[in-house]
Amino acid sequence: MFRILDKQVLSPVIKQMVIEAPLVARKCQAGQFIILRIHEEGERIPLTIADFDREKGTITLVFQEVGKTTIQLGSLEAGDSIRDFVGPLGTPSHIEKFGTVICVGGGVGVAPVFPIARALKEAGNHVIGIMGSRTRELMFWEDKMREVCHELFVTTDDGSYVRKGFVTDVLKEVIEERGKDNIAMVLAIGPQPMMRACCNLTREYGIKTVVSLNSLMVDGTGMCGCCRVTVGGRTRFVCVDGPEFDGHEVDFAELARRSATFRVEEQRAMEHHQCRCGQGCGGGR
Amino acid sequence: MTESKTPKKQIIPNKHPMPHQDPVERAKNFNEVALGYDEETAVAEAQRCLQCKKQPCRQGCPVEVFIPDFIKLVAERDFAGAIKKIKEKNALPAVCGRVCPQENQCEKYCTLGKKHEPVAIGRLERFCADWELAQGVLPQETAPATGFKVAVVGSGPAGLTCAADLAKLGHRVTIFEALHVAGGVLMYGIPEFRLPKRVVQAEIENLKKLGVEIITNAVVGKFATVDELMEEEGFDAVFVGTGAGLPIFMNIPGENSCGVYSANEFLTRTNLMKAYLFPDWDTPIKVGRKVAVLGGGNVAMDAARTALRLGAEESWIVYRRSEKELPARHEEVENAKEEGVKFAFLTSPTQIFADDNGWVKGMECLRYELGEPDDSGRRRPVPIPGSEFTMDVDTVVVAIGQTPNPLVPRTTRGLELGRKGNIVADPETGATSKPGVYAGGDVVTGAATVILAMGAGRIAARSIHDYLMNKKAQS
Ligand SMILES: Cc1cc2nc3c(=O)[nH]c(=O)nc-3n(C[C@H](O)[C@H](O)[C@H](O)COP(=O)(O)OP(=O)(O)OC[C@H]3O[C@@H](n4cnc5c(N)ncnc54)[C@H](O)[C@@H]3O)c2cc1C
Ligand SMILES: Cc1cc2nc3c(=O)[nH]c(=O)nc-3n(C[C@H](O)[C@H](O)[C@H](O)COP(=O)(O)OP(=O)(O)OC[C@H]3O[C@@H](n4cnc5c(N)ncnc54)[C@H](O)[C@@H]3O)c2cc1C
Ligand code: SF4
Ligand code: SF4
Ligand code: FES
Repeated sequence: MFRILDKQVLSPVIKQMVIEAPLVARKCQAGQFIILRIHEEGERIPLTIADFDREKGTITLVFQEVGKTTIQLGSLEAGDSIRDFVGPLGTPSHIEKFGTVICVGGGVGVAPVFPIARALKEAGNHVIGIMGSRTRELMFWEDKMREVCHELFVTTDDGSYVRKGFVTDVLKEVIEERGKDNIAMVLAIGPQPMMRACCNLTREYGIKTVVSLNSLMVDGTGMCGCCRVTVGGRTRFVCVDGPEFDGHEVDFAELARRSATFRVEEQRAMEHHQCRCGQGCGGGR
Repeated sequence: MTESKTPKKQIIPNKHPMPHQDPVERAKNFNEVALGYDEETAVAEAQRCLQCKKQPCRQGCPVEVFIPDFIKLVAERDFAGAIKKIKEKNALPAVCGRVCPQENQCEKYCTLGKKHEPVAIGRLERFCADWELAQGVLPQETAPATGFKVAVVGSGPAGLTCAADLAKLGHRVTIFEALHVAGGVLMYGIPEFRLPKRVVQAEIENLKKLGVEIITNAVVGKFATVDELMEEEGFDAVFVGTGAGLPIFMNIPGENSCGVYSANEFLTRTNLMKAYLFPDWDTPIKVGRKVAVLGGGNVAMDAARTALRLGAEESWIVYRRSEKELPARHEEVENAKEEGVKFAFLTSPTQIFADDNGWVKGMECLRYELGEPDDSGRRRPVPIPGSEFTMDVDTVVVAIGQTPNPLVPRTTRGLELGRKGNIVADPETGATSKPGVYAGGDVVTGAATVILAMGAGRIAARSIHDYLMNKKAQS
């Protein structure tokens, strides 16, 4: 069992948890993820390692409640335990001194961007952060991001905080202002449409862009092939070959279709869960 | 009893039939298909054995179970003695009795089989093991602690056997398993209806009683490498039994459509994650009306039979050779047919078509004929030009094989690898090119059988013990 040591509610649907998992904390690096299972009947779901503390042996997760498992996870409190927790999985981010890099986090994607931005900064890069969310209420970790970015731009889709605009709008402005030749790399993590839009933009400028894909997964060790995605015309497994790939090569349309494989079942799982706990409160068992 | 000495005993030509769940009924549930012999049937079957002096049956068994001896004890109703006899050679009889391809192994060489049906050795082995499980397995003896620590990576039949043997020899054994339960393919691959998971878990409980520590959710190569286990965690030796878990795909257009699964995914969702109990269990699976399973081995049969149980109207095995070449266990092919699985022999797909949402809506196939024998000695399937036709299917399961997962091989320094990414290990000892590191099972041989994996685990345990004793003598 893996104990939840701390829980923060970052927004009504975004929660942060610190989990005791010394084996994972010992070795994990920026860009890697874990897979957890809440209880015996539970599904295995992947979540990015948003932060870690090697000394304390803890892993920080930030997740958005989108379906049965994440809602149920969100209903747990500090002191509760999670049945299974495995990691660190995936290939760590490739970190070296590139020059100026732009790290774009959309929505809950800010969390996975954070440790990578920190590692890039530590490696001597000039890190420009761009973070955006639909609305002010969903914004989190601005302070943490500010610490690991030399410059930080914040935006909301509805203009309820700082400015109005998508992250791609800000990205375009920054590229135009600095000049495309002065930007070595863009990292974009967030919802699939946002990553796709960033890639479409940077393709025009010819700037190398790395994305972190969130395909469906089961084992996370390369055994099932559920996470396969076409990158540069080749089938790759997100869990072992990724999760980071060259965004200009990713077949986002295929990824979106495959992600929707179980949409009907996911809906059923939610309804089944809600009728069991009474009011759709997301309460655990 | 002196029956074995009676020269002219009446030969019963056929095996006593295995009681089965009714095919129509069982094709809708996940309960075990073969119900097992009762005591009377087991004794009667055991009495068919001729107690041959040369014991040809034993040569057919990869671990040389003392077959006539245990069968004699069954005939004498000494079931406790029989299971003890079996266990001298086979650590997982409840599993092997159910899943060994007996027709190619022990039973193939049985004298009775020349003119009649062979003795049902597998069924008798299963009977003895089930008898013991029902009685409650007695704790086994272990040698005094040696003070050595051994890490076993992977908890399939190879790892489990190696761990059990090492623990009995007094070593402290820790198993590291990547998934959340131990058992390997026995848990995530082979379906409940063929190998009930309680049988596997009972074996694992025994292992724990021997003092073996099992750490699940531990992916070696990720949380620690083999080198780190030895250098930082103080393990004196390591056994690698990580299996052949990497799925092979066809590499045909449309293979990434929704509704195309690797057999590993299809079976893992169903067996390990219990998708057949969805939504009470959270993991979903989706099968359509018509399922095509590509391949002809045990894995393919399991997937095709699972598809029916998950509600498919039609489940097809699509295999590029003919029925005679099917590599699956004979009994499972028969069971599959009885349940209504259909077969398209001499057929192989060339592409998969998807609808606008990306879902499978059909599969283009070519017909084949058999040509000259290939390296494997089987006649090579040759496509017939212009024979394209479209199969109307909405789910495709690819079951054409697995190769070793590269994770441990790639992260371990100084490990010699074979052409297919397998670990090279001496078949006599299990030793790899790296001192103190041993390997066995599918990760060495490529996808093979439970009994071979088990045998390799046993051999490696012996050599690890020798290696450690040597080390002690030298220090
Ligand atoms: C490598 C990786 C890292 C991730 N990191 C984070 C993270 O840090 N924070 C976060 O909030 N989310 C993250 N995700 C997504 C997260 O895994 C899913 O939101 C979660 O599995 C949804 O489960 P559910 O039962 O709550 O919802 P479901 O009802 O299962 O699904 C709701 C929605 O989530 C998508 N989804 C379902 N299952 C998965 C799955 N196994 N993987 C990805 N998407 C899925 C579905 O397409 C659907 O749109 C990550 C995914 C991957 C692959
Ligand atoms: C569906 C199916 C049906 C089969 N039917 C039969 C049959 O009827 N008869 C028969 O004899 N054989 C059958 N086989 C084959 C048989 O199951 C295998 O040959 C046997 O299980 C191999 O044993 P193993 O111990 O080498 O590996 P596995 O059983 O594959 O176990 C390997 C274990 O190692 C774990 N692992 C992998 N990588 C790591 C890592 N890096 N760190 C930690 N753990 C790791 C895996 O999760 C797994 O649990 C079947 C196989 C399948 C898939
Ligand atoms: S282990 Fe397998 S091959 Fe050996 S006797 Fe038992 S069933 Fe036959
Ligand atoms: S070969 Fe057959 S009949 Fe002879 S001892 Fe073995 S099992 Fe009995
Ligand atoms: S999640 Fe199973 S192979 Fe990637």
